[in-house]
Amino acid sequence: MILSGDPPRGRTLALLLTVIFAGLALAPFLFPGMAALNVAAKICYFVVLAASYDLLLGYTGIVSFAHTMFFGIGGYGAGLALYNFGPSWSSIAVGTAAALVLAVALALVIGLLSLRVRAIFFAMITLAVGSAFAILASQLSSFTGGEDGRTFRLPEALRPGFQVLNSPVAVNGRVLTYYLVFFSSLILFLLMLRVVNSPFGRVLQAIRENEFRAEALGYRIVIYRSIANCLAAAAAALAGVLSALWLRYTGPAVTLSFDTMLDILLMVVIGGMGTLYGAVLGATIFVLAETYMQSLMAVVSHASLPLLPRLFDPDRWLLWLGVLFVLSVYFFPFGIVGRLRKRH
Amino acid sequence: MSAGKTFKLPARRRDIAPLLLVPLLALAALPLIGSFSTWVTLTLAGVAMGMIIFITASGLTLVFGLMDVLNFGHGAFISIGAYAAIVLVPLVSGLMQADSIAANLGALMALIAIAMLVTGVLGYAFERIIVMPVYGQPLKQILVTVGGMIVAEQLIIAIFGPVQIVLPLPTAFRGSLVFGDVAVERYRLIAVAVGLVIFAAMLLVLNRTRLGLLIRAGVENGEMVEALGYHIRRLFVGVFVAGSALAGLGGVMWGFYREALTPRMGMDVMVLAFIVVVIGGLGSVGGCFIGALLVAVTANYAGFLAPKLALGSNILLMALILLWRSRGLYPVTRR
Repeated sequence: MILSGDPPRGRTLALLLTVIFAGLALAPFLFPGMAALNVAAKICYFVVLAASYDLLLGYTGIVSFAHTMFFGIGGYGAGLALYNFGPSWSSIAVGTAAALVLAVALALVIGLLSLRVRAIFFAMITLAVGSAFAILASQLSSFTGGEDGRTFRLPEALRPGFQVLNSPVAVNGRVLTYYLVFFSSLILFLLMLRVVNSPFGRVLQAIRENEFRAEALGYRIVIYRSIANCLAAAAAALAGVLSALWLRYTGPAVTLSFDTMLDILLMVVIGGMGTLYGAVLGATIFVLAETYMQSLMAVVSHASLPLLPRLFDPDRWLLWLGVLFVLSVYFFPFGIVGRLRKRH
Repeated sequence: MSAGKTFKLPARRRDIAPLLLVPLLALAALPLIGSFSTWVTLTLAGVAMGMIIFITASGLTLVFGLMDVLNFGHGAFISIGAYAAIVLVPLVSGLMQADSIAANLGALMALIAIAMLVTGVLGYAFERIIVMPVYGQPLKQILVTVGGMIVAEQLIIAIFGPVQIVLPLPTAFRGSLVFGDVAVERYRLIAVAVGLVIFAAMLLVLNRTRLGLLIRAGVENGEMVEALGYHIRRLFVGVFVAGSALAGLGGVMWGFYREALTPRMGMDVMVLAFIVVVIGGLGSVGGCFIGALLVAVTANYAGFLAPKLALGSNILLMALILLWRSRGLYPVTRR
């Protein structure tokens, strides 16, 4: 029903997911302080982003490098609408709608251009288009704010100054924003779970497993892949809107950069390709690691050895994630979730 | 063939339409630009840049054509080549600053040699460790080579630091030659020469040697080559090493062209190389050459005529070519 007939399957996995869900649902009350809430919100919208990417990578078997572009379109859509039309709910709606239309249209064009031939074309073309888009966004500075991005205000009810409750716990506009992000993410995630477990999702998996056979059975693979691409783009754009709402800022570094693209890739692969629960685990672990592992590495980097301090410099954490990434592709192709499910 | 009588195989149909693209584009741009001397300057500069892009992209397309491996780590080899050269720069700085073309050329050759050596050796290791376990699995290939690229880029940052490093041109290659109203940077002439040499060498090896025959046969049908008793894996390694060394060469050329190195440069150049390879048709050396010239010349014209559009010009060009020929200009593989 609510999980679309795709339960976690595996006691440890179910336990982990419950802990994550409970932690996120009660984050404002369990972990006081703005820093912790920031981490929780980031996990929420990255779960959506990673899950939408898994729709492509894990279920459809195509690699896209333009996913941050769609994320960025969402972020810029909502952000620029709030910036230009003032802080109201209608500007959020207008921005979101415009972003969705643009994201789906672009995804369709890219898909029709590149998916006709070979999946590998898609990887190359998305990389080219994604990087061109990132440059474009930073060049059109009068419209997008360039490298600095845009800071904007949210509607009244979502501002920190807006008090709902004072006792027993403080509930202000920030907490409301968090719950807006949390529930939107939850709904989007459940919708995607519905999609991958629908007959449409089965066809996608069939194409992933054996393109030729799927085509022979009468499924037009170009059409199915294009639809999957559009759905993933739309979900990524919505994740972008959520991120803009939470950060009250939109800019190329947080949404469009290639680093973010690599982050998403790492989340999905380490969490587990081909299961949306993998995206949940991957995003959670990654965001937590990003926040807390760097301080751990700072300790190691004080060791007095040549080069080693530089390798363990907190800024080099991507190096170790890269190593982990390559190893997990070889040894755990289905990531953490695949591991947990197999044991069961 | 029996004595006296030669049987003629039916000649392969020549496909010349793509060859006309660059001249047509140049001609079409002439009235738009207006001034003849500006047009010549822009075109020559574009051709030179195209040569550098061709060098970086040729290795990629070669490896793809034979091994069906799209190496996302190619960008890392471009950076590594450039950084390997900069390590050697202090040793040859005397030669580089000497005011003699021969000494400067010698220094450039030494830098290129060391860069190609380093990237070739690393290419061997990369093939053995990263790529070999995932032959025939395209999705995993993309993922592990991306992983390899992340690690290589981070290692470069760890060793050389994240900031940009200046790579000055040898003395004799600075400045431009002026013929009337037309100015040509000297270094661009070097780039054209190197590019043409590489292109000619690749065509010669591929079309006129036994090794090239084997490589082309391997592209066509690898299983058959193996059945005839050749070790196709050994061929793979060789081509991969050659491709990596070409990336290293491209890295040095690009580094001198920009006169600066950044850890991200390989990634940036690789994006261009991908566009070129897609335009040329995956696996085709000739297509790659035309694609590189097209991309560079278009970017130059667009940069002059409509600077705002210049960024999108590559993507637009790629989209147009793919609408015309959905597999690129000269698709080699039928897969």
